[in-house]
Amino acid sequence: MISLAQLLTLSGILFSLAVAGIFLNRKNVILLLMCVELLLLAANFNFIAFSRYLGDLNGQVFVFFVLTVAAAESAIGLAILVVLFRERRSINVEDLNTLKG
Amino acid sequence: MNPNVLLAIPLLPLVAAVIAGLFGRYIGRVGAHLITIAGVAVSCVLSLGVLRDIGWGGAPTYDGPVYTWLVSDGMSMQVGFLVDRLTALMMAVVTFVSLCVHVYTIGYMRDDPGYTRFFSYISLFTFSMLMLVMSNNFMQLFFGWEAVGVVSYLLIGFWYTRPSAIFANLKAFIVNRIGDFGFVLGIAGVAYFTHSMHYADAFAAAPQMAHALIPLSSTFSANALTLICVCLFIGAMGKSAQVPLHVWLPDSMEGPTPISALIHAATMVTAGIFMVARMSPLFEYSDAALSFVLLIGATTAFFMGLLGVVNNDIKRVIAYSTLSQLGYMTVALGVSAYGAGMFHLMTHAFFKALLFLAAGSVIIGMHHEQDMRKMGGLAKYMPITAITCWIGALALIGTPFFSGFYSKDAIIEAVGESHRWGAGYAYWCVLCGVFVTALYTFRMLFMTFHGPERFRDAHAQGESHGDAKHVGHEEAGHEAHGGAPHESPWVVTLPLVALAIPSVLIGALTVGPVLFGSYFGNSIFVLPDNNVVARVGEEFSGWLPAALHGLVALPFAFALAGVITAWVFFLWRPALADAAAHRLGWLRTLLTHKYYFDWFNENVVAALTRGIGVGLWKGGDQVLIDGALVNGSAAAVGWFGGLVRRVQTGYLYSYAFWMMIGLAVLLAWFLARA
Repeated sequence: MISLAQLLTLSGILFSLAVAGIFLNRKNVILLLMCVELLLLAANFNFIAFSRYLGDLNGQVFVFFVLTVAAAESAIGLAILVVLFRERRSINVEDLNTLKG
Repeated sequence: MNPNVLLAIPLLPLVAAVIAGLFGRYIGRVGAHLITIAGVAVSCVLSLGVLRDIGWGGAPTYDGPVYTWLVSDGMSMQVGFLVDRLTALMMAVVTFVSLCVHVYTIGYMRDDPGYTRFFSYISLFTFSMLMLVMSNNFMQLFFGWEAVGVVSYLLIGFWYTRPSAIFANLKAFIVNRIGDFGFVLGIAGVAYFTHSMHYADAFAAAPQMAHALIPLSSTFSANALTLICVCLFIGAMGKSAQVPLHVWLPDSMEGPTPISALIHAATMVTAGIFMVARMSPLFEYSDAALSFVLLIGATTAFFMGLLGVVNNDIKRVIAYSTLSQLGYMTVALGVSAYGAGMFHLMTHAFFKALLFLAAGSVIIGMHHEQDMRKMGGLAKYMPITAITCWIGALALIGTPFFSGFYSKDAIIEAVGESHRWGAGYAYWCVLCGVFVTALYTFRMLFMTFHGPERFRDAHAQGESHGDAKHVGHEEAGHEAHGGAPHESPWVVTLPLVALAIPSVLIGALTVGPVLFGSYFGNSIFVLPDNNVVARVGEEFSGWLPAALHGLVALPFAFALAGVITAWVFFLWRPALADAAAHRLGWLRTLLTHKYYFDWFNENVVAALTRGIGVGLWKGGDQVLIDGALVNGSAAAVGWFGGLVRRVQTGYLYSYAFWMMIGLAVLLAWFLARA
């Protein structure tokens, strides 16, 4: 039997990896999107772990919602990416610094 | 008494001044002088009527408000009139002299481009002065006090294109500010103790204030009444030009001569004397303040008179004489002889205005030459001016039967009777002052109206034919110039005659009732112990015996000595004067430098003030406020912004990173707290 602590640790590792991916990745926006997916997955993992631990199926229902939203988000993200590439001929993260005032 | 009449007296000149000042262009020169003269003339007639009603008709004192300006914390600021015998006398003197000066101005300023402006100013002055003397509260007194100061400033700088006039009017204004600072403190002191601006309240509280103390520091406190009186008197020192705030008055001669007569001799400068007399219920209870008044007055009376002996400008000689005579009035106040001071104020107003207007007439006749060294022998050419000037001079030196004798003699005797601290010093000052007065007055007379006709010499040099420098060529020079001194037109000589009559008669006519009688009644308050005038009056038995006794008294001997000295030095043996001047070189240097008061003011006081100003400007304003506070705070914000800007990279990941860091910090904090 896998304990709750082990599941949460795995979820934390996943989350940390995703965060580190966002921070350290300087090249590719697609990688950023993938990292965001991973973040959501880590959250989902928590949901499932607690759902099982508490014996409450509501947590697993939530996961479906989150996955749906994540899929939609990925679609929007990719669409933005396409537009961005058309506009700037680059998907390099280093070039995307126009957010500063 | 009808308040409307009282209201009309100051307001008519004001209305005339406004019309002449604002609409002078439309009503023209004749219109301007007609309307202002009409305003002052009606005002003068009404004032004389008030004087008759109050002084001889038995009308009661009028004391009432006209208009309440504001009430703050129970203290009401009002425009109000207090018309008693003291005020009525001042009103009559002010309006009468003002009327004479108005008429005289038609002749004196005939060719001046600022004609209508001038009439507007002197009418405005009349209004201000009347507001000052008729006031029944400190607020209005201060208003009048400042208003006459402003008009004086405007008129000294009337010829505003002359740098010397601008210097003089600025000087007058600044010196008066120093005095007014004391004056305001005095008024504040009165308001602090009585919570009222009214004279009556202040006078009623005087005996209590005499015992109250004002703490000046943690260990030292001063008598309240003495402090208030000294402060008020400092204001009077500025306005009435007492040492050491006298320096502005000689310079004020830069203004037109009618102004010198009206403002800087007859009326405005006597405002300080009037104020102290009006405040007699306060001053009476403070011996220390009166001793201060006495010492200042005595010093002014003697030492300022000496300066008149070495000056060569005809107007300045009379200006120093004014200083000296104001000193006499102040001495009278200092020995509690307020009545004598006011009496001298009145007689002085007539004969000093006369002397100034006569000097102005001489200046017109000499084609605007003021240096007495270039005059002489004018009596032949300007007989009316010469005779009236002689009358003024005789009145000034206190010749028996003339008006100045009665007032000045009363002051000298009152000082002799007084036992106040400093009275001994003051007695010798005023007595020697008589000699000095006679000396400079007759020096002026002899140099102007008698002796060799030096103006031919001067004119000849002016014409510059090369050989016309010698006296022998005076005829040639004279003909070349083509204009001997001439008598002035009737508008100039009429006021001279109008002033000469009271200069002779007013003393003899009024000495009995005004000085020794009960004229002032309860408008002037004197403690029985201090009543030196009454003691002098015990020996008084009519104007004729007084004058006859005056002929053998000590002051007249001093005056006669002065006249003879002047005659010897300046008419009979001028070489002796030069020899004496050489022998007493140090004294002459001291006097021609006016005791170095101006030097001290310019090089120490003004330099120090300027130094502090520059220090505050450069160090305080430019470095501290502009540099550190204003620009410094802006620079600090900019520097901090530059630092913070580096955090805002525009990269999404760095924002996310900082969010995470923040989250982590917050979490850690929560955990640590729990």
